[in-house]
Amino acid sequence: MHMSERADHKTAAMPVPAAGDWSPDMIRQEVASLQHEPGPLLPILHAIQARIGYVPEGAVPIIAEMLQQTRAEIHGVISFYHHFRTRPAGSNLLEVCRAEACQARGGRALERHVQKKLGVGYHETTTDNEVSLEPVYCLGNCACGPSIRVNDEIIGRVTPQKFDELVDKLTTSVLQLK
Amino acid sequence: MTITIYVPCDTTALSLGADRVAQELQVAAAELNKDIRLVRNGSRGLFWLEPLVEVQTPYGRVAYGPVEPGQVKELVAAGLFEGNPDHALYLGDIAQHPYLQRQQRLTFARIGITDPVCIEDYIAHGGFAGLKNAAALTPQGIVDEIKASGLRGRGGAAFPAGIKWQTVLDEPHDQQKYVVCNADEGDSGTFADRLVMECDPYMLIEGMTIAGLAVGATLGFIYVRSEYLLSRKMLDEAIRRAEEHGYLGDNVCGNGRAFRLEVRLGAGAYICGEETSLLESLEGKRGLVRSKPPLPAIKGLFGQPTVVNNVLSLAAVPYIMAHGGKTYADYGMGRSLGTLPIQLAGNIKQGGLIELAFGVTLRKVLEDFGDGSFTGRPIKAVQVGGPLMAYLPESQWDTPMDYEAFAKLGAGIGHGGVVVFDDTVDMGEQARFAMEFCAVESCGKCTPCRIGSVRGVEVIDRIRAGDNRDNNLVLLEELCETMVDGSLCAMGGMTPFPVQSVMKHFPEDLMASPRPVEA
Ligand SMILES: Cc1cc2nc3c(=O)[nH]c(=O)nc-3n(C[C@H](O)[C@H](O)[C@H](O)COP(=O)(O)O)c2cc1C
Ligand code: SF4
Ligand code: FES
Ligand code: FES
Repeated sequence: MHMSERADHKTAAMPVPAAGDWSPDMIRQEVASLQHEPGPLLPILHAIQARIGYVPEGAVPIIAEMLQQTRAEIHGVISFYHHFRTRPAGSNLLEVCRAEACQARGGRALERHVQKKLGVGYHETTTDNEVSLEPVYCLGNCACGPSIRVNDEIIGRVTPQKFDELVDKLTTSVLQLK
Repeated sequence: MTITIYVPCDTTALSLGADRVAQELQVAAAELNKDIRLVRNGSRGLFWLEPLVEVQTPYGRVAYGPVEPGQVKELVAAGLFEGNPDHALYLGDIAQHPYLQRQQRLTFARIGITDPVCIEDYIAHGGFAGLKNAAALTPQGIVDEIKASGLRGRGGAAFPAGIKWQTVLDEPHDQQKYVVCNADEGDSGTFADRLVMECDPYMLIEGMTIAGLAVGATLGFIYVRSEYLLSRKMLDEAIRRAEEHGYLGDNVCGNGRAFRLEVRLGAGAYICGEETSLLESLEGKRGLVRSKPPLPAIKGLFGQPTVVNNVLSLAAVPYIMAHGGKTYADYGMGRSLGTLPIQLAGNIKQGGLIELAFGVTLRKVLEDFGDGSFTGRPIKAVQVGGPLMAYLPESQWDTPMDYEAFAKLGAGIGHGGVVVFDDTVDMGEQARFAMEFCAVESCGKCTPCRIGSVRGVEVIDRIRAGDNRDNNLVLLEELCETMVDGSLCAMGGMTPFPVQSVMKHFPEDLMASPRPVEA
């Protein structure tokens, strides 16, 4: 099979469990399967976030104990990296590129449009819990900006109109799933 | 007869609908009962033409582009499967395209031509020839070849790769050493690392393996930024297949030496592109910059001797080992030898990857390759080398792309990104963003960077608001000097460069009040 046939990559809603939908055993499993690697903490945090959708506060003491580090150390690492979230995201994660090459192609106007359309700012989630909005500083798509990412899909040359169509599609596909 | 069709699978092609184009081609072929073999090749880096569909014909790989989803039916009706020229999107034999013909693709010789994860394809196009040569040499022999090539680090600091490798080789042998690939590619306007990983991942594997043999390292890590999910996926698959074929493992190329590779994901921190912050991150810590010395070459990952190189530095190695350091050094000028993968981005008509010998002028890149701005308006400023580098006004575009020539301007080549802005840009806003970005991404270890950047945003806001302007301009100049002189790393130390370039070359924009935002 060709890697690039990304049938598994199609967007729609990511099946992310709701808040509270995790157990200490899940955390223990993820830590146990990686803790013997060199420098295991980032891989562990990635694995937890991939499984649960975020890194719950309650995971910190479990990780700390199993890695024999302090809670403060684990906490410090989680808070240092923009990628890790400590609260669940909405059904869809939307990242808008704020960096220079996208600015040069109308990225700033797109940022304003997106915030207005969704009625949220960065690091916020829409009240219907459909979309969490995050800034991103470059997606490596800099010749075809402005660029955004919706869940695992990067989209280039996004105009306000293209964005509106996308949001409509996202929200209807979620409704169909429900 | 089977018709071979190519549809690229890199991030940019996908971001413009390549998957849907590929599906539509399959549907169209089924409807017409055509037997097609659909190959998902890498991108050739002619991004304004993506998705670029190619058809294998007796006259070469004939291309159509940019093909939008929904356009396939019409193209097929016009004879796409036969390579028929009667369509506005017809481009002819893509290998003859002037954008490619005018380049010197040494590192990027294969991209867009091959299926990225197909190891036979890689070998058929010269892959692993460098590793075979290296495996027959002593470690010192490999390092000497890299020195002869004149290769300097492509990650930004332009440090000679051969000297770095020598330092690691000279450390005592009876200890663990590492090769770490810096694939954090955080600079806006850059995508060449991504193209290597997505479109020719075996080249990076080969380069790292050669580095391992050269310095006596048995384990390598590729630190990929978390934004690059596709790169990660391609690398994981390529590493798996390389192991299967004996190019990685306990007995690399049958010469008895071991080398293994592992991909690690970053977590959205620009500063983790700085090599010591990256090492901290790999060790599972906050990405705080370490003070040097000790150099990573002596005390790097887990305190062990470590080669840290950018993707492009390591990707240049297979060519050097296959064709000889001297051949590589025949390209370029002065102390900038070999080729530079230029990434043309932002407001430009023909953006993409342009690999050329050092020495080409920026104007040539913008005009001959870029064909002017995307919007058709005059180009006002160009930022070369990422968010920590100066904005260049037109008077500086005749400078040759050479590390020393750019340094003389107070500018830099960095990782080779070229971001173009047309005359609608508000350079005051760009100066403000430079400070804002530093405030968001500072690792927080030193005050000039952590606090200075926040103050920088405030001072620029006051200047733009006309509040005590003259005094605030002096304050901004002093703040920039403090950051340059007092920061531990280039994050705080170079953030002032774009700001100072705006003060110098575009002062009228800095003084102008921010433009009203349309509702
Ligand atoms: C703030 C900052 C960000 C950096 N980001 C990167 C990066 O994304 N990729 C990279 O290869 N080098 C980056 N560097 C340069 C690295 O510190 C280091 O010089 C490089 O990885 C060495 O490899 P090279 O010699 O092959 O260039 C950055 C440096 C600084 C100060
Ligand atoms: S200059 Fe900034 S990023 Fe660099 S070490 Fe200091 S605080 Fe960290
Ligand atoms: S600047 Fe937006 S994708 Fe690179
Ligand atoms: S099909 Fe090419 S490596 Fe298997």
